[in-house]
Amino acid sequence: MNAITLPTKRDEEWRYADFAALETLAPEAFGEWKAIELAAGETRRKCLVLDGSGPELHRVRLTVGEGARAELFAVNAGADYTRLEVVVRLAENAHFEFGGVTIGGGEATREFVTRVEHAEPEATSHQVVRSVHWGQATGNFLGRIEVARDAQKTDAAQDFKGLILERGASTNAKPELEIYADDVKCAHGAAIGQMDETARFYMAARGIPPEVARKLLVRAFVADAFTALADEGEQERMLDAALKVLGEAL
Amino acid sequence: MLEIDNLHATVGGTEILRGLSLEVNAGEVHAIMGPNGAGKSTLAYVLGGRPGYEVTAGSVSFNGQDLLALAPQERAAAGLFLGFQYPVEIPGVSNVQFLREALNAQRKARGEEPLSGGEFLKLAREKAGLLKLDMEMMKRAVNVGFSGGEKKRAEMVQMGILDPAFAVLDETDSGLDIDALRVVGEGINAIMRKPDKGVLLITHYQRLLDYVRPDFVHVLARGRIVKSGGAELAHQLESEGYEAVAA
Ligand SMILES: Nc1ncnc2c1ncn2[C@@H]1O[C@H](COP(=O)(O)OP(=O)(O)OP(=O)(O)O)[C@@H](O)[C@H]1O
Ligand SMILES: [Mg+2]
Repeated sequence: MNAITLPTKRDEEWRYADFAALETLAPEAFGEWKAIELAAGETRRKCLVLDGSGPELHRVRLTVGEGARAELFAVNAGADYTRLEVVVRLAENAHFEFGGVTIGGGEATREFVTRVEHAEPEATSHQVVRSVHWGQATGNFLGRIEVARDAQKTDAAQDFKGLILERGASTNAKPELEIYADDVKCAHGAAIGQMDETARFYMAARGIPPEVARKLLVRAFVADAFTALADEGEQERMLDAALKVLGEAL
Repeated sequence: MLEIDNLHATVGGTEILRGLSLEVNAGEVHAIMGPNGAGKSTLAYVLGGRPGYEVTAGSVSFNGQDLLALAPQERAAAGLFLGFQYPVEIPGVSNVQFLREALNAQRKARGEEPLSGGEFLKLAREKAGLLKLDMEMMKRAVNVGFSGGEKKRAEMVQMGILDPAFAVLDETDSGLDIDALRVVGEGINAIMRKPDKGVLLITHYQRLLDYVRPDFVHVLARGRIVKSGGAELAHQLESEGYEAVAA
C-alpha cells in the first residue's frame, strides 16, 4: 500500500482548490482512486452528474488499451467544493474523449483536473470544458498533457471557455503541455466572456423574456461539451442536469 | 396607431434624436430616408427598447399604450416587430427553436395557447416558402454563417411567423440582390399590407419602395423629421440628394 500524501497549495494541480473544504474530508478520501481499465479495442462511455451538497473529491485512473476508446462526460454542479480528477494513460491508437461542464453560483469552487499521458504512438485525446458561474463561484479546468518520447503522431486537443454571468464569479484554465516527441499535434484554447448583450436584446425584441433568453444562451454555450456524446438522449439528460441549477438559482 | 411626439434620446451621453415627431395610422406604410448617421437606427432601437438608448424627453404611444413604459419583450408581445439593420448571430440556437420560443412567449404574454411543435413547423414552412428561404436554413443556428441577403430574408421569415401589428424595418433592403429584393418586397406586402397594420420602412433607396409603395415619405436628418411628403418625395431625393431637398 502506498502512503497517502495530502496535497498542499504548492502542488500545481491543487492551486485553485478550496483547502478549507478539503480539510473537512477524511485523509482516506485522498487515497481513493477508482481504477478503470479498457482492454484493447474496447469502447466505454461514462456520464457523471456531480451535484452533491458537501465537499466531494472524485479521482479516477483510466488505462486505455491499444485502439480502445474512453469517453467521459461530466456535469460538475456541486453545492460545495467539487473536484473530478482524471489520470489517463493512452496506449497506441487509443482515444480519450472528455466533455465537462462546471456550473453554479454560491461560493463554491468546482473543478476538473485531467492528466493525459500519451504513452504510445498515434493516440488521440479531445477535451472540451465549459464553465458557467455566478455569485462568488469559481470554475476551473487544469489539463495536463504528457507526450512520451516515442508517442509520435499524438493528436491532443483541449478547449476551454468560461461564461461569467455576474461580477464576482471567476474561472481559471491552466493547460500544461509536456512534450517529448517531435511529430505531435497539440491544440489548446481558452477564452472567458460574458453574456452576449446584443443577442439578449435581439431575443427580447422577438418577445423572449430575459430569463428564457439566458437559459437558451447558456444551453447553447455548454452544449459544446456534449457534442461528442453520440447518444442524443444522454446529451439531453446532461444538458438538463447542467441547466437545472441555473433555473433554480437565477 | 403609432404616435411619436417630440422624442429626444441619447446614446452614450450624446443626444441623437432631437425632437422627433411622427404619426402612423393603421393601414399605412411610412418610409424614412436620411443621410448616414442621421439617427434612423437609433429611432428603431429606441422604439424596440434597446438598453443604452435613453429617452430624455417626449412620448411614444402604440395603440393607446405608453410604449416606452414596456420592456422590449412586452413591446414584441404587444405587436411591435423590429427588423434589424444588422441581424444578430446566435451560435448554438436554431432558427426553429428561437422562433418557437419567441412565438410561444408572445402568445403566453397575450394569454393565448402555445403552438405545438407540429403546428409551428407548418407555419415556419409556409413563411419560409413565402420568402423563398430553404427550410434547411431554418434548422441552422440563427443567422450564423448566413450571407447578408440571407439574413435579411430570414428576418422577414421571422416577421411572417410572428405576424406583428406594426413593423419597423431598418434597411431590410440593404444587401439584397435584385431577385431577393422583389421577394422581400412582396413578402412585406403579403405580411404587413393590411388595414389593421402599420409599417415604418427605413431605407436609402427607391428600389424597395417600388415594391412596397409608401403612403408617406419622411426625411430624417440631425435627429428629427425635416421634411415629409408623398411617394414622389423619394424620387425627388433619389435624383437630387438630401442636401438639395432637405437642407
Ligand atoms: N454607442 C454610441 N455612442 C455614441 N454615439 C453613437 C453610438 N451609437 C450610435 N452613435 C451615433 O449616433 C448617430 C446616429 O446613428 P444611427 O445608427 O442611428 O444612424 P443611421 O441614420 O441609422 O445611419 P446609417 O444610414 O448609416 O445606418 C451616429 O452619429 C452614430 O455615430
Ligand atoms: Mg442605420
